[in-house]
Amino acid sequence: MGASARFRVALLLLPALVVIGGLFVGGLALALVQSLGYFPPAGENAFTLAHYRALLTEREFRASLQLTFALASVATIISVVLGLTLALCLRAMARYNRLLNVLLQVPLAVPHLAMAVALVNLIAPSGLIARVVYSVGLIAAPAEFPALISDRYGSGIIIAYVLKETPFIALMTLAVLVRLGDEYEQLARTLGASAWQRLRHVTLPLVAPAVISASLVVFAFVFGAFETPFILGRTYPAMLPVVAQRRFMSADLSERPDAVAIAVVMSLIVTILVWVYMRLARVLVGVERPTIF
Amino acid sequence: MNETARTALERNAKIIAAAAIVGLAMIPLALLFVWSFARHWYWPALLPREYSVRAWEYIGSPPAGVITALATSIFIALSVTALALVVALPAARALALHEFRGKRALLFLLLLPVLSPSLAALMGVHALFLRYGLTDSLLGVVLVHLIPTVPYSTLMLTGSFSNFDLDWEAQARTLGAAPVKVWRHVTLPAIAPGLAVAAVFAFVISWSQYLSTLFIGGGRINTLPLTLVAFQRGGDEAVTSALSLVFLAPTLVAFVVVARFLRDVG
Repeated sequence: MGASARFRVALLLLPALVVIGGLFVGGLALALVQSLGYFPPAGENAFTLAHYRALLTEREFRASLQLTFALASVATIISVVLGLTLALCLRAMARYNRLLNVLLQVPLAVPHLAMAVALVNLIAPSGLIARVVYSVGLIAAPAEFPALISDRYGSGIIIAYVLKETPFIALMTLAVLVRLGDEYEQLARTLGASAWQRLRHVTLPLVAPAVISASLVVFAFVFGAFETPFILGRTYPAMLPVVAQRRFMSADLSERPDAVAIAVVMSLIVTILVWVYMRLARVLVGVERPTIF
Repeated sequence: MNETARTALERNAKIIAAAAIVGLAMIPLALLFVWSFARHWYWPALLPREYSVRAWEYIGSPPAGVITALATSIFIALSVTALALVVALPAARALALHEFRGKRALLFLLLLPVLSPSLAALMGVHALFLRYGLTDSLLGVVLVHLIPTVPYSTLMLTGSFSNFDLDWEAQARTLGAAPVKVWRHVTLPAIAPGLAVAAVFAFVISWSQYLSTLFIGGGRINTLPLTLVAFQRGGDEAVTSALSLVFLAPTLVAFVVVARFLRDVG
């Protein structure tokens, strides 16, 4: 490539590099600097690991970290199992049932915030489900309905994510299934494979790369998203993004470096997890290149 | 049981299972609709006793601030979409059609904001914008919305450029077409479907932003999601439901348009 061609390519890339490099990478770098002790508004201007060390010993951080891990894992696992099942069910009918296909996309199009707000009407102690349960005589008052919002298990958060992410997993899986057709399964059937053997040794390996990528996206998203735990979760312990937001917006400016440290730790954790997960996937399933990469 | 009866049963069971999972996600949305027209809906009634358009009239009235928020949201999302595409188009072209050193690193850099939590970057950007007076401003909010939208648009457009052949442009030029004409009649038609999808996604991503708008807008820039959260905390279910519908309607329409468009184009 000649010098002028190289210059042309550089020019084409420049605007995107300014946005990603300046705003995203620059933002990350500034966050790191703030969390390491440079935050003049709170009178900090010397290198320190104090904010990170404080996180290690802090009860709220540990509880939130555990909760965030647990909820992200559970929501991802349930969504993957349901999404995969849904895709396998829909596969046979995807061709002649366009309506179901469109319906599947609706939850995807609904912003997480809207889904969380909408769910309150459904699963609150006086919500529609509680009313139905009451009308069949299972409970006598709203207080008897199990708490699903702001509860210790984060049930509402999990329900919201499962409703949103199941269709996502299903669509990613369906795309692969439709593209591949069912020739491999037919072949396995001719060779005498049972339904379970076909699923275990033919279908699942075929969709594994797509499912692995999609579940990675879901986990990373749930781990770092704010709106759903903010609307449906409780305040202590809250998921990490909620804790970080609360401290960042606190009137007490000295809490801000702690908030930034939490956010930096979150980014680190997700980055490391993505890396480990990809390695594991390569070893266990033989996925060389998951579909989104 | 014979073979045909069993497949029929299997298929029905599958349809029911699929419909159940899909239907589950629709219930909360249907409920929003009913709630938005409820005058009262006291425990334990399964349906409202009285209906009214109070909530809709309220959010349509200027004092509610919803109309201003709607205008702000539309303005921001359209600006972000336009800017994101202008930034993403050339980058996608370079990524899809040219080989250069550091290409893999750049692709990784584009995936990072898509995968990793945005909080840390947002907090850093807040410090940066504070210094340059971009906090509490529309411009600041538009700029911060570029962080999630530019990577998505670039990755999507890279896909649509990957089937593009540079020789098509060369042929048009040989035939004497000016650069604008080449773009208008050769390049644009070839990438139009991808461009439309990328535009819709950029719009929807910007439209749904909550935390970035809150951080950079500092509560001064009120978009629909911020207003929705305020009303949700206020506890008026009918108004919150009506507002939720206003908030999610454009994203629904956008998805349907994209789906149809993609089908028509093939």
